[in-house]
Amino acid sequence: MAEAVFHIEVVTPEKVVYSSEATSVVAPGNLGSFGVLAHHLPMVVQLGVGKLEIRETGGREVLMALQGGFFEVSENRVIVLADTAERADEIDVERAKRALERAQNALSDLDNHSIDRERARAALARAEARYQVASDGRNH
Amino acid sequence: MAVSLRDVRRKIRSVKNIQKITSAMKMVAAARLRKVQERVTAGKPYAQKMLELVEAVSPFAGEAENELLASPEGASGLCVAVITGEKGLCGSYNNNLIRKAQTYIDVNGGRAVKLITIGKKGTLYFSKRGYNVVNSFPQIGVNSPFGEVQAIADSLTGVFTDGKAAEVHVAYTEFVTTMRQTPKLVKFLPIEPPGSDEDADQDDKKYIFEPEAAELLRALLPKFVRNQVYKFLLESLASEQGARMTAMSNATSSAGDLIDELSLSANKARQWNITKELLEVVSGAEALASK
Repeated sequence: MAEAVFHIEVVTPEKVVYSSEATSVVAPGNLGSFGVLAHHLPMVVQLGVGKLEIRETGGREVLMALQGGFFEVSENRVIVLADTAERADEIDVERAKRALERAQNALSDLDNHSIDRERARAALARAEARYQVASDGRNH
Repeated sequence: MAVSLRDVRRKIRSVKNIQKITSAMKMVAAARLRKVQERVTAGKPYAQKMLELVEAVSPFAGEAENELLASPEGASGLCVAVITGEKGLCGSYNNNLIRKAQTYIDVNGGRAVKLITIGKKGTLYFSKRGYNVVNSFPQIGVNSPFGEVQAIADSLTGVFTDGKAAEVHVAYTEFVTTMRQTPKLVKFLPIEPPGSDEDADQDDKKYIFEPEAAELLRALLPKFVRNQVYKFLLESLASEQGARMTAMSNATSSAGDLIDELSLSANKARQWNITKELLEVVSGAEALASK
């Protein structure tokens, strides 16, 4: 039996990052990750910071680091409106790692009241997502 | 013959130099325009999808309180965001927009109107004349990252949500063609609820919302607004480059005309000099012969 496929597009304000046929996608919802297969009911979900995993029709897996946005399914089309979306191979692993360490250090320094903890936490989440995607993407 | 040959030749040389500069500027503007247009095209899918999404969600959000959809209570006054360029030498691009904005501002409260100026030209113009400029930004450039838009969008929405203005308008320049750009003034905030016309197709699609529609809309609208700002800025930028291209193209051909004219008078002067010398020689020879 042929696999059930759907069309998926990842769009940022600056360009269409990705567009292809896929069999499944796992996205970082604001309230937790969720997976979507073909012929899903119409749905709109707010996305958080995290990893977007797309399984293409050929079985290849594409990883992207997302930073917030929206996820819409309707008529067997998935549209991911992301603030930013980076493919695994676009991320410099070493830089991502350093950014992650910086973010961790900034947060672990409890005596430092000069930083905005809310923002630092958000930066940490972003750094984590990027680093994870970059290092996972390497092992594929 | 009044003009000396040397003066005319010097003038030709300087006009030729100016022509080189204007034609280089024209080429640069053309390249930039192409880049901006590429950005506009690349950004269209997002803008389109964003609008569709807002239209899909808002009918379900009900009479949700949203700070971007209605003026805060007790807020009064008007805020106008004026988008101009950073530089001149682009024909009447900046002047047209400033004139349009100023006319509107003067009719609607003059100095009481809060201004947010984007682009150095507008900032200078309005602050020099004592208008109430509450914030100003440089206009984005051809290669500016999208992040620069955020600060501008925040400032525009901030004036509104803080209750400092009941309405925010934007004066920008619409890009019609390379040859034609029209200054425009549009209402920006509060957002006219999109897709609220009759709620006709409400039953078409039963969406699952996570989180619920009202909250989703709260998250969506700021991004929608930001994208609108991005569109205004990019379109103004494209208009500026188009205007500059046209202006520089005109300047280059005017310089060409001027060079033609000057060459003509240079040649006349040269011929007159030759004639004069010939006359002197001939009359000198005749004077000798007749002796």
